[in-house]
Amino acid sequence: MLKKSRVNKGTFEILPKKVLLKNIRVIDNAEKLNAVKSVVIRNDKIADILDKPPASFDGETWEDKNFVLMPGLFDMHVHFREPGREDEETLETGSFTAANGGFTGVACMPNTDPAIDTQEVVNFIREETRDYLVDVHPVSAITKAREGKELAPIAEMVEAGAVAISDDGSPVMNAELMRRALEYSKMFDIPILGHEEDTNLSKNRHMHEGFYSTKLGIQGIPALSEEIIVARDIMLTEFTGGRFHVCHISSKGSVELIRQAKAKGLKVTCEVTPHHFTLTDQVVESYDTNTKMNPPLRSDEDRQALIDGLKDGTIDAIATDHAPHSIEEKEAEYINAPFGITGLETALGLITSELLDTKILTLKDIYDRCVQNPRKILNLDVPKIKTGENANLTLFSQKENWTYNDSISFSKSRNTPFTNHPLTGRSVVVINKGKIFKTPPLK
Amino acid sequence: MRFKDGHLLGLEYADKEDIELILKTATSFREVLERPIKKVPTLQGKTVVNLFFEPSTRTRISFELAEKRLSADSINFSSTNSSVKKGETLLDTARNIEAMKIDMVVIRHQSPGAANFLAGNLGANIINAGDGAHEHPTQALLDMMTILEKHESIEGLNVAIIGDISHSRVALSNIHGLLKMGANVTLCGPATMIPREIEKLGVDVCYHVDDVLGKVDVINILRIQLERQEGGLFPSLREYHNYFGITRARLDKLSKPITIMHPGPINRGVEISSDVADSEHSLILNQVTNGVAIRMAVLYLLAGGENINA
Repeated sequence: MLKKSRVNKGTFEILPKKVLLKNIRVIDNAEKLNAVKSVVIRNDKIADILDKPPASFDGETWEDKNFVLMPGLFDMHVHFREPGREDEETLETGSFTAANGGFTGVACMPNTDPAIDTQEVVNFIREETRDYLVDVHPVSAITKAREGKELAPIAEMVEAGAVAISDDGSPVMNAELMRRALEYSKMFDIPILGHEEDTNLSKNRHMHEGFYSTKLGIQGIPALSEEIIVARDIMLTEFTGGRFHVCHISSKGSVELIRQAKAKGLKVTCEVTPHHFTLTDQVVESYDTNTKMNPPLRSDEDRQALIDGLKDGTIDAIATDHAPHSIEEKEAEYINAPFGITGLETALGLITSELLDTKILTLKDIYDRCVQNPRKILNLDVPKIKTGENANLTLFSQKENWTYNDSISFSKSRNTPFTNHPLTGRSVVVINKGKIFKTPPLK
Repeated sequence: MRFKDGHLLGLEYADKEDIELILKTATSFREVLERPIKKVPTLQGKTVVNLFFEPSTRTRISFELAEKRLSADSINFSSTNSSVKKGETLLDTARNIEAMKIDMVVIRHQSPGAANFLAGNLGANIINAGDGAHEHPTQALLDMMTILEKHESIEGLNVAIIGDISHSRVALSNIHGLLKMGANVTLCGPATMIPREIEKLGVDVCYHVDDVLGKVDVINILRIQLERQEGGLFPSLREYHNYFGITRARLDKLSKPITIMHPGPINRGVEISSDVADSEHSLILNQVTNGVAIRMAVLYLLAGGENINA
């Protein structure tokens, strides 16, 4: 039974003048760092990276043999629901949720109300989040009101700080319009983040089409509905010379198409969510509406292909598609419930338990997928663990066996299938913009 | 089966012994229905609510009659709108009704899993009377009971289900029930109406109705819904009738008569011709009678009744 529980109120504390991260594993591929070090932060900057900890230190100290330090993790796909659905999430609660999950930066999707389809809304988000620890980068709409009919004022929005364009939540079904969007966005070297779905194949459907949809009597969304549009958009990318990023890929066929596109040298990248590499359509047997998201959880063969794609680098980034929904909306019959689950606070735990502990990825790979690649795709500077650099850091425990429950969440929403799911890694602190957020200890 | 949980959500969750017990109990109740006084006091003092979120005539009447024959108090709630449109959630509707101290809920709903959803949230016994294209367990049970009128055992019997399998809860419940009872099941219909990977349940699929008819002992013909034509699943009722309709001409070509069933309501001249529906091998009306007996048995067993010797 779902219950409404208290929303945690977070604080971004001012970073103490001096902080020592002592005898922790430091990972920064750009700096060729993968060793146990001690890092001193002074006045918001990385002051020293030492092989041996200082003999004495009179500031805040963090030390544990299981701690790993990376430049701040970045989630390139979140829904913060503001403006429009502040009952589900706000820029503020979303940012605390991100910080609690170990992220220092996010890109938020434009399916708000009104949509992020004007310079004003981009400005609103930039200004509202200016002082947050978490960097919140708006993604603006490809088309006005995300209706797939006319181009939104892309140049104006990019000028205001939009880092990419997307109609996420809806595909651009008109190939001519997608062609023009790819051509137009070339002028700013920004990527299009594509929600890939042929709605003729997916309309009025609620889960992956396969054995389980057949058994459950739920009309299924074929993997084909994603793959057809991925194939189309790869062809459009080749034709226009634009830059295309495929959001939340879910199927074996999509991985293969992107692998081929990359082999051809096209500017195509993609992301996968933790739920797609962890769960399969079998979990829908519970009829739990927290197993309902778009794209849907697919077969185990698809899940395996996603893992292979992560391993060989076909998949560039891990992104959560954090999609808060109210209890009222989710506490419904399966076919009447909206798509989407929260993800920011369980992502790191799933990355470590599903990918790191299983030796599918290494810590260096996680740096690529969660620190560097998402920022590079969005043309953002990648923070460095280097003397003199601003401290933008995630310190996490690699081996804290824990389970998620609602009481530790900072989100306004509660729609996750991962309650009581065993997790390993957990964020300890994140540091950015002269602020620190400490993930509260488990109750 | 979920009898231990006090619910009948689907035959997927049942085992052979549960099905046999229900069929045996229903046979006893069928005998009650033949008596001049058709009422027994078995469920006196129990209250059953029939929650119907989809239009239904025979299933609702059948349940209501079964409840009355068992002397239960029954209440009907019908809404052709989905609960969401009304502004009240299914859960709230059910909770409100439960607050009136109901013992059992019979639910028919458009959403697959609606009965499972209630079972997880309410204290009452839940009986699934059809949830979207998922299950309709009492229909499959009454179908099996009807088969046993003509055939000694279901074990080893060849049964075909013909029609729109993709949108049919009757098909899915029949598949689970028949396979558990040892029948061989073949599905036949237009390829657009056969859901993917259904063979994994242990059934055969064939698109040619004449090939199927030659091989089976029993056919269960599903109602074809006109709106599927608009959904692009078949071109016309005429074409459906010509290629999948069960006609006297088709049956006359067979070397032996086969048992004809249909869950109703029938579209005469579409999936079944009138002369077949009214023929001596058609058990369509026996299904209806058995439906009451099966529902009596399910209500009785869920209420905690022991093996009965009426």
